[in-house]
Amino acid sequence: MINDSYSDPNKVQLTEDGRLKHFLTTEGLSRELLTEILDTADSFISTQERAVKTVPLLRGKTVVNLFFENSTRTRSTFELAAKRLSADILNLDIARSATSKGETLMDTLWNLEAMYSDMFVVRHADSGAAHFIAEHVTPNVAIINAGDGRHAHPTQAMLDMLTIRRHKDGIEGKIVAIVGDILHSRVARSQIHALRTLGAAEVRVIGPGTLLPRDIEALGAVPFYDMKKGLADCDVVIMLRLQKERMQNALLPSEGEFFKLYGLTEEKLAYAKPDAIVMHPGPINRGVEIESAVADGSHSVILNQVSYGIAVRMAVMAMAMSGQQTPIITEENA
Amino acid sequence: MNLPDIEQTCQELAQRLDDLIRTEQIDNPILVGIRTGGVWVAERLNEEINCSEEVGTLDISFYRDDFTRHGLHPKVQGSELPESIEDRHIILVDDVIMSGRTIRAAMNELFDYGRPASIRLVCLLDIGRRELPVQPDLCGATLALNDGQLVKLTGPKPLELTLA
Repeated sequence: MINDSYSDPNKVQLTEDGRLKHFLTTEGLSRELLTEILDTADSFISTQERAVKTVPLLRGKTVVNLFFENSTRTRSTFELAAKRLSADILNLDIARSATSKGETLMDTLWNLEAMYSDMFVVRHADSGAAHFIAEHVTPNVAIINAGDGRHAHPTQAMLDMLTIRRHKDGIEGKIVAIVGDILHSRVARSQIHALRTLGAAEVRVIGPGTLLPRDIEALGAVPFYDMKKGLADCDVVIMLRLQKERMQNALLPSEGEFFKLYGLTEEKLAYAKPDAIVMHPGPINRGVEIESAVADGSHSVILNQVSYGIAVRMAVMAMAMSGQQTPIITEENA
Repeated sequence: MNLPDIEQTCQELAQRLDDLIRTEQIDNPILVGIRTGGVWVAERLNEEINCSEEVGTLDISFYRDDFTRHGLHPKVQGSELPESIEDRHIILVDDVIMSGRTIRAAMNELFDYGRPASIRLVCLLDIGRRELPVQPDLCGATLALNDGQLVKLTGPKPLELTLA
């Protein structure tokens, strides 16, 4: 880890008047601010349904996709989001370039700053990496966390919130179950914070004891080890990907065993509410976490999540860039 | 300073818009109001002369030229245009015209929805201080304000003007 005891993230990610200037975590953000992100994303969904999908908001700005850890999907949706805001985007696959030649993180950053970049979208295997960069970057450069270690993946969580809000008519009062490898999941952590803040009635986490973190109840989630009990009366079922690449120890007997106990099948889904929606951050492992009949079935909103992902990323990029400008809008320039 | 009577101004403006649509033979126009005040005015005009099946709304927050100076408007609501605007005659409506920058942003946004046959501009009030070469085709009233003074429309029912 880069820094285990980093300072209050909201001191770093918010301006003095409480607007977003970086987007590092959903933890501790107010309901108003999370709702503003969702509202802004909603209007970007409508601009993407037009013949011309771009808006000129970030014209002339340079966004750098700084991926220290491989990811095709998240990186592409950030790239599309930046392009639809008319920004110029540079994709840096750091995993295969500078740092492997021995350059330090700070040297890489200083080089990118010297190229007059306006925003870094950061993915890193270490928890706290985006936070660290936000604290050390020059003023007026916005940092968006695209996933740091096991800590947070706030844009994924917010696109999931948008999906629930659009398909379940709001988040307030809903029972949401998150299923699978919670231990390694930065997505689950960000989701739990956002769900609690946005008023979900109950957030459940379902998985084998080896894949549920011990402190999960402190986050406000209720652990279940039995899939059928955990799914009972749920409005929303969020399946997580089994992170094979993170599974260093023998935490699971086998994938087949996992599917038998925790894989989402039509039979298990029947325990949830009849109109429950099924979500998955992708990429899905068919037959490991979810059977094809469910992934492609009428409850699934997995592909809608992909579309909303671009809108949410456009929203946080626009809002963070906006937070880097000093004065707030007044009637005079309305 | 005497502010014009809104009710009377709207009725007269609607009448003049009706005349304009007739004399220039504007076929099947779409009224499009700019959020927020422009939408109220557009709806008010349509109540009088019922020239447009629906009133479109345009939120220009994503098109402002002062984003880098002032940031994103905190309450973006999005645009809703009734149907394809390709080859349609647009009547763009705003409450107050000043610098002309809002209108420029609105026209930029309209073109991202398609290529309209024409755009005409109707404003309830013109308070001068233009910074761009943009003039309304119809304007309800002109108002000469003192330095630093601004006028604000509240609504939608009733529509009222206040000086700030």
